[in-house]
Amino acid sequence: MSESTGTTFRAMTWARRRTALSRVWRELRHDRPGFIGLLLLSGFGLFALSAPLIADRSSLLVASGRNNPDLAAPSIKFLLGTDEIGRDVLAQLVWGSRVSLFIGLFATVVAVVIGSVVGLAAGYTKGKVSAVLLAIDDFFLVVPFLPLAIVLAVVLGRSPVTLSIVIGVTSWAGSARLIRAQVLTLSERAYVERARALGASSWHVIVRHVLPGVAPLIIANATLIVPSAILTESTLSFLGFGDRLSPSWGKLLEGAQSSGSITLNAWWYYLPPGLCIIGIVLAFTLLGRSLERIFDPRLRGR
Amino acid sequence: MMAKDSLLVCDNVHVAYPPRRRGGKSARAVDGVDLEISRGEIVALVGESGCGKTTLARAILGLQKMSAGSIMFDGIPFSTKTVDKKAFRRRAQIVFQDPTASLNPRQSVYEIVAEGLRIHGLSDNEHEVVTGALERCGLHPADRYLMKYPHELSGGQRQRVVIAGAMVLEPQLLVADEPVSSLDASVRGEILDLLQTLAREQDMAVLVVTHDLGLAWNIADRIAVMYLGRIVEIGTTEELLAQPKHPYTQALLSVVLEHLGMSQQILVGEMPDPTAISTGCRFHQRCPLMQSGEAQKKGIGSRCTTEDPVLRSDDNGHLVACHATESATPVRG
Repeated sequence: MSESTGTTFRAMTWARRRTALSRVWRELRHDRPGFIGLLLLSGFGLFALSAPLIADRSSLLVASGRNNPDLAAPSIKFLLGTDEIGRDVLAQLVWGSRVSLFIGLFATVVAVVIGSVVGLAAGYTKGKVSAVLLAIDDFFLVVPFLPLAIVLAVVLGRSPVTLSIVIGVTSWAGSARLIRAQVLTLSERAYVERARALGASSWHVIVRHVLPGVAPLIIANATLIVPSAILTESTLSFLGFGDRLSPSWGKLLEGAQSSGSITLNAWWYYLPPGLCIIGIVLAFTLLGRSLERIFDPRLRGR
Repeated sequence: MMAKDSLLVCDNVHVAYPPRRRGGKSARAVDGVDLEISRGEIVALVGESGCGKTTLARAILGLQKMSAGSIMFDGIPFSTKTVDKKAFRRRAQIVFQDPTASLNPRQSVYEIVAEGLRIHGLSDNEHEVVTGALERCGLHPADRYLMKYPHELSGGQRQRVVIAGAMVLEPQLLVADEPVSSLDASVRGEILDLLQTLAREQDMAVLVVTHDLGLAWNIADRIAVMYLGRIVEIGTTEELLAQPKHPYTQALLSVVLEHLGMSQQILVGEMPDPTAISTGCRFHQRCPLMQSGEAQKKGIGSRCTTEDPVLRSDDNGHLVACHATESATPVRG
């Protein structure tokens, strides 16, 4: 008997989770800005996935532009023209979307993991541990962010992975603050006290009661870190501290700037990556704000 | 009384909350409490809000650090070592005032009730234990409730779930902190009945913390009256109701028993701040005996303002801390 009730119990738990998920989906669908963000994001996702269909990877190589005209205007052969050494701009744009998205997402994972751990620990512990963590958090909040990122990028190297780590390490401080605040209110709840009275360890309280309570906040916050991570990557690349080997949107902009495409009015070189950066930042921000509204009851109805 | 078979012995328990500001005074929320609870006994701890009754309950459960004194549970002094604490936690459980707040809104009834079992690694036939506990707490058939979430239950049902969550660990002591004050009048009686039944069936001691003397009188075997961090009177329910000795108990009782023709005594003023406990009897500013001049007539007025009365017991084990009763009762320290 207990086995069958055990499985129905599990099935019912999953049914509950599905209803909760479908509730989020329903609310998101009716939240216009959030839904537009989601559509825009899906568009960028498809764009990145379709890279091999649009252009061959070899067209990114310096040698590939040898036989093409330099800074040629858009044509049937090159839908977005060519850059200063004759490479296809569209090929770089579509392959670059992969790099930008990868760095944006991976940097966010790094930032969210550090931010959550520090936020949980600072909110849950009292006294010295919390004070030290908050001091570290304050340091990362106030330290001029770009110089720190540049120094780290130079020291650690410039592959997409290390760049993500650099960006993640410099952008977790805000979310740690946010998570700590939520943890502080959660750990004063009567049900946490009840769990303690039952004999629960701190680990049990954090994993079973505090973490599920802050999870929605973490998800919404993560969605808002992605755009800033993508912007940071573009900034670093534009300033010449990016990965020289992988074609990101920021690196395209740097190429456009240094080749004088703006004075030469070669709009097909600088406009597409610029618009892409604006578009993806907008998409993640709209989605993130909307998720925040859905998950945070205090923001409902505003 | 003072049964040899005492389960819980509090000896001179103090709890002081540190001052808010540097140089401020600490709040002596519990200021020297002696209390014994026997196995299977229901004791009510009565007092107005701010008298330290909840703090005392939390200290008994180890949820609040004592600043002095000691607590023995089942003959073993209370230890702060983690392992011992966990074993102790199994044997003493708490039910809070607000069942809505004490249930995690994200957990189902099953998860809530099974939580204690999982914490203590008692996973054998978890399902039967959980359903058993729910049914004993009046939620049957239990299967109908297992997958519900707290917001789908009524206040009374929530409190039953909280009690079931404590009962799965088969505690020897259940502390119920204002267990019915947030519930509808219609379900209060049911929850109190449930606590009484569980206490009898499981031979479990219950400490009911409440501000309501009428409630205490309905459920408790013994009543302890607390004022400003100190127990001022303890006795069996019958004795305390028939012959309240402390002027504070008399005043509380006069309000409850008004309809029985007892003249109502309304206390003047508010309980002093626990950061500034004056000398003498801590009740003297509000004591009707002082205000009517009766204490002065008896010649104890100066003692009331300078000397702290201790709990003294009469032959029946009825304890009271009041200078005015001393001449009438044999003095035993």
